[in-house]
Amino acid sequence: MTGASVRYASRRTAKARSSEASRPAARLRKPKVPLAPYLYILPSILLFGLFVFYPFIKTLSLSFFATDQGGAAGLWVGLDNYKNLVSSRDFLMSLRVTLEFAVKVVAGSMLLGFVTAILANEAVPMRSLFRTVYAMPLAVSSACITVICIFILNPTMGILNFLLGSQTRWLNDVNTALNSVAAVTIWLYIGINYIFIIAALQMVDATLYESAAIDGAGFFRKHIHITLPGISPTLFFLMIVNVLNSFQSYAQVNLMTQGGPGKFTRVIVYQIYLEAFQYNRFGAAAAQSVVLFLIMLALTLMQFRLERKVSY
Amino acid sequence: MVRKIFAKGVLFAVNLLMALLIVAPLLYCVSVSFMTEPELFSYPPAFLPGRLQLQNYFSALAFAPVFRFILNSLVVAAACTAGQLFFGALAGYAFAMHEFPGKYWLFLLMLSTMMIPGQAIILANYLTVANLHLIDSYAALVLPYLTSAFCLFNMRQAFLKLPGELYESAALDGCGSMTFFLRIGLPLVKPQLGSLGVYTFLAVWNQYLWPLLVTNKTEARTVQIGIGMLQSSDGNAYGPIMAGVTMVLIPSVVVFLVGQKSLVSGLTAGALKG
Repeated sequence: MTGASVRYASRRTAKARSSEASRPAARLRKPKVPLAPYLYILPSILLFGLFVFYPFIKTLSLSFFATDQGGAAGLWVGLDNYKNLVSSRDFLMSLRVTLEFAVKVVAGSMLLGFVTAILANEAVPMRSLFRTVYAMPLAVSSACITVICIFILNPTMGILNFLLGSQTRWLNDVNTALNSVAAVTIWLYIGINYIFIIAALQMVDATLYESAAIDGAGFFRKHIHITLPGISPTLFFLMIVNVLNSFQSYAQVNLMTQGGPGKFTRVIVYQIYLEAFQYNRFGAAAAQSVVLFLIMLALTLMQFRLERKVSY
Repeated sequence: MVRKIFAKGVLFAVNLLMALLIVAPLLYCVSVSFMTEPELFSYPPAFLPGRLQLQNYFSALAFAPVFRFILNSLVVAAACTAGQLFFGALAGYAFAMHEFPGKYWLFLLMLSTMMIPGQAIILANYLTVANLHLIDSYAALVLPYLTSAFCLFNMRQAFLKLPGELYESAALDGCGSMTFFLRIGLPLVKPQLGSLGVYTFLAVWNQYLWPLLVTNKTEARTVQIGIGMLQSSDGNAYGPIMAGVTMVLIPSVVVFLVGQKSLVSGLTAGALKG
């Protein structure tokens, strides 16, 4: 009897223990999982899911198909789209064009951003007006400045040829077309480069400049040895931003040259657009989009590596 | 002393030259928009119009519904700005001031969207919109840009700067989480909201490729596509084209001039940390 009651007692205790854990009083001691934060991030998650993650996966999957005109995946072709890219002279050409374009744009816009930042950092009269002007390209759209420049670059009526006394057909000549598109793009990027560089300039330790002045360093020397290293993190950040932006350029090419003359200004994004909407080959265009993404990822990673090696 | 004045003079002159070079295309555009046809085709080309006449503006308006384009762009830019600010602030608030399981991974997930460039997914987004029969609608123009990881990230930074005790003391007084957000949190992050708002408005106003893809009807198009239309239909009608460009530039330049201080401080505050 005693043994059974002991067993019964211990069984009851165990059962009582487990039921105690589920009684309301005990639950209050466990931390509640809050519902509210999940609700707050839900709209963003849904929108990202539909317009970022889903299309990313769809692009990947589409690149393995040949599609019909509605964009629906028609025929599985495996890696054929990618194989065709490697041998496609059009695509390889657009890679070369884009690379050359990016190098010119990044170099030009960072140089001009640096120059305007240095100029606007000095104490001169009307400085706030200058500062506004230097940042203003940020407000102007690529379509607007492109259309204005189309007129300025007009061979017969344009003001540039008049000022230079030349007859150059800027947008039609194989030698000048890409440079013209690059120049317009550089103008567009001056604003953002200026804004970040001048902010970085103002964080450079002023005492460094003072000791340089005592040592007799001139204008150029002090900037090469103090300023450039001092703002190098910002310069690396800007380099990445400029490269990514230039790889996504579209409006300038679409309005100024339509990829011409020949294919000399056909940048990757324009090539993708043609592939999809003119040749109706969404599968091939998707493959090119994937390659574009990989290239941009690689360039970004390379720049991070470089920064780690060079930065102070 | 003389050297200092000379140096200042040189710097001022170089600044002036640089600024004129940069702003020259814009000034020239406005100038041309007032020129008459004979002036446009004259040789040597004119820099300034003889007098201010609005004929080009009337021609531009007659050719394309420019005011309609401006309205469309205003609606889209305002909606996207409001959406990105609100949803970004809400999510940033959640990440900054709450603890919940999976917070770290969810945040990384959101941040990863910044790594995917728009051009890589724009085709698939076009197909999604087309299949939902949303072509030519405001929804197509607005929905993909209703939230942004950039805004989310910046708003999270902004909320992180608020003292943690603020939320706790408000909770002690019985303030709910959403009430805190609307009544206390948002007003305190107004500077960041302002700068992100200016940046987003300009970015959406200046969009070109996406509106080009998802609109076909003229009345549905936005301002930048309208410029493209003016240019490609009659490439020689430079007077009306420049008038169109001037009309389209006015809202974005005004927004820029009004918000530039806010914009600049907001952009640079985040980027220069560490």
